[in-house]
Amino acid sequence: MAENTVGTLRIKSGLADMLKGGVIMDVVTPEQARIAEDAGAVAVMALERVPADIRAQGGVARMSDPDLIDAIKREVKIPVMAKARIGHFVEAQVLEALEVDYIDESEVLSPADYVNHIDKSNFTVPFVCGATNLGEALRRITEGAAMIRSKGEAGTGDVSEATKHIRTIKSEIAALAAKNADELFVAAKELQAPYELVKWVSENGKLPVVLFVAGGVATPADAAMMMQLGADGVFVGSGVFKSGNPVERAKAIVKATAAYTDAKVIAEVSRGLGEAMVGINVNDLPAPHRLSERGW
Amino acid sequence: MAGNSPLVGVLALQGDVREHEGVLAELGIAHRQVRNAEQLAEVDALIIPGGESSVIDKLTRIFGVRDALVAAIQRGLPVLGTCAGLILLADRVTGGLDDQQTFGGLDVTVERNAFGSQVDSFETTIDMPAIGGAPIRSSFIRAPIVRDAGSTEVIATLPTGEIVGVRHGNIVGISFHPEVSNELRVHDWWVRTVVVPSLR
Repeated sequence: MAENTVGTLRIKSGLADMLKGGVIMDVVTPEQARIAEDAGAVAVMALERVPADIRAQGGVARMSDPDLIDAIKREVKIPVMAKARIGHFVEAQVLEALEVDYIDESEVLSPADYVNHIDKSNFTVPFVCGATNLGEALRRITEGAAMIRSKGEAGTGDVSEATKHIRTIKSEIAALAAKNADELFVAAKELQAPYELVKWVSENGKLPVVLFVAGGVATPADAAMMMQLGADGVFVGSGVFKSGNPVERAKAIVKATAAYTDAKVIAEVSRGLGEAMVGINVNDLPAPHRLSERGW
Repeated sequence: MAGNSPLVGVLALQGDVREHEGVLAELGIAHRQVRNAEQLAEVDALIIPGGESSVIDKLTRIFGVRDALVAAIQRGLPVLGTCAGLILLADRVTGGLDDQQTFGGLDVTVERNAFGSQVDSFETTIDMPAIGGAPIRSSFIRAPIVRDAGSTEVIATLPTGEIVGVRHGNIVGISFHPEVSNELRVHDWWVRTVVVPSLR
């Protein structure tokens, strides 16, 4: 009889498979976590400030207080994720010790290392990482990420960057799938990713892990659009709890994500939600304030 | 349903639908996604995939497919549930959400997320005497355990004794994910010994 083996890539990416078709919501209190679970979120992201507040308040954004993560873990039964700073492998060790279900090595927090990301293959807990293009996604997977989310521009309520990133990743995968075998060596060089992984993506026409969308999703229609563009699921950060009616908006985004091709359902759930988060146009953000440009 | 080649549905509201479709495709078994009562009426059998059981429960209620599912299971529709699917087929659940409902069908008590958090999720191989041959490759991901098998037949246990697979008539529920482990034999066995004999 075989030994039990923990922390394999199959087990790590397997949990992401189970989240497909679902919505993962940012929460900053146990009360918000309860609202998210009641609305049908597949997981919650426990953090101290949603991206919109990080953006507004400035300063260095770090891993959350363990007490907050524990309180949220006690409140809900669905998986609990938490964010570590890019490259901050000790924050990741702490989050693993707290037994969170997934770590997001996130550009929403202030990077701790401007050269290296975390070596994620060393951990039993799985990681999700942001990406703006295919090369970035493949580099994160090489480092051990078991789930990719497009970055979008967190905390804006402007979905345009999320659109750009999912379209870019999808079209780069399609272009890779159309290449001849003898063209993949140069493709690997251009993508700055290992040849074997590039070859796998070319042959299979998809990423080897689940691809969610994040950053700027604020309405049920935003979520459904990301699903129609080929996302496996959606992260909603500030979009729920910075809106006028978080309870109803959370439920509406869950429904629209599940029924993403049914415009009648999306229309129905879009009624009477009150104000969406106010939002910032990405074009009005000075380049140094764009979170999606963190990570490489 | 021509002759003895069934059309198998996969409940496609949330979860690892694509992995089940992949196994069925590799086995050459006709399949389709099921999201509503009309689609459910067209299939000869149903797979309830892995996912978040509380979310699948909510979505079946929101989209009005729950009553049709419960009725079909009670009428004897062959069903295979993996992980969340097992929870949804259990008559009784512990460790679930306060308002969590199941479709029922298996006279068992299932403990949700019984192994701990994701760092306790694991791969292993297990013997399934009904299937025979080499041990079955399996992934346990925040998996449930059958704490009381009631009147059902136990078809899979871990070496430590925990019950991780049960059958009652046409209904099979397992704690683990053969569909994530490139393991075709559980689906193949279910189709051959449960689904095909149910076709008239």
